[in-house]
Amino acid sequence: MMQASRHAGPASLPIGSDADLAWVRQQVRQAAAELGFGLVQQTKLVTAASELARNTLVHGGGGHVQITPLDAGSSRGLRLAFVDTGPGIRDLDQALTDGYTSGGGLGLGLSGAKRLVQEFEVDSRPGEGTTVTVTAWATVVPPSRTVP
Amino acid sequence: MTGIAGHGPVGGHGFTVPVLQLGDVLLVTLQGELHDGMAEQLQQDITARISHSRVTGVVIDISGVEIVDSFLGRVLAEIAAGAKLLAARTVLAGMRPAVAITLVELGLTLPGLWTALDVERAMELLGVTTRRGEGSP
Repeated sequence: MMQASRHAGPASLPIGSDADLAWVRQQVRQAAAELGFGLVQQTKLVTAASELARNTLVHGGGGHVQITPLDAGSSRGLRLAFVDTGPGIRDLDQALTDGYTSGGGLGLGLSGAKRLVQEFEVDSRPGEGTTVTVTAWATVVPPSRTVP
Repeated sequence: MTGIAGHGPVGGHGFTVPVLQLGDVLLVTLQGELHDGMAEQLQQDITARISHSRVTGVVIDISGVEIVDSFLGRVLAEIAAGAKLLAARTVLAGMRPAVAITLVELGLTLPGLWTALDVERAMELLGVTTRRGEGSP
């Protein structure tokens, strides 16, 4: 592959305020665009990131997100790990139910974000914190036939 | 290094949302990054403006908004609900296709919000015609 990932090191961004949420959205969009995500894919991933970053801020009391570009040969993806050291999620099944909310929102944050990405994993320990890891892959468009 | 905080976020401090009054309609133009706190402030401002200026319609132009998450979606729905209690109708104008697709998947279909493809159509929906001569039946 010619596109050696020069720009593509993992990055860690703090999540501690409204402004940080905006910054996370911008950075995720930029990373997804650089990896070749289409506009709809970018929008879905940035929206998921916004939901999860807000969870980290509101429920986890702040934390950080680790942004890792992935290169699996033919396909490229982006992994986002949202890490907080908050109270943890007591009942994960309940937290993943549409409409369940503990924070005055619409209760779509976690369950909605799950639908917007391809891989979704929650690791939560009561009293120790929560890490939500999501991965999205850029849909590989078959290369157009080489023009002679 | 990516991620140098400080030279990026449009819509940081001092960012204001333009709100114009056109006859009986308030036109609110959202653009770029809207911080959560700003969105909530906007909700209060619009509601106050409706009450003071006695407008009968609100058009929220989101053609410049790249993502709508559940927080902003809730704020938009609450603006519309508040406007309705103050006898004004709200139309959401200009949603980007990628945003629409994402909202459906997110599970946020914003029932009760009127939508229009652009501001002009939103104005027509509110009865503010661009004077093309059509009258009521």
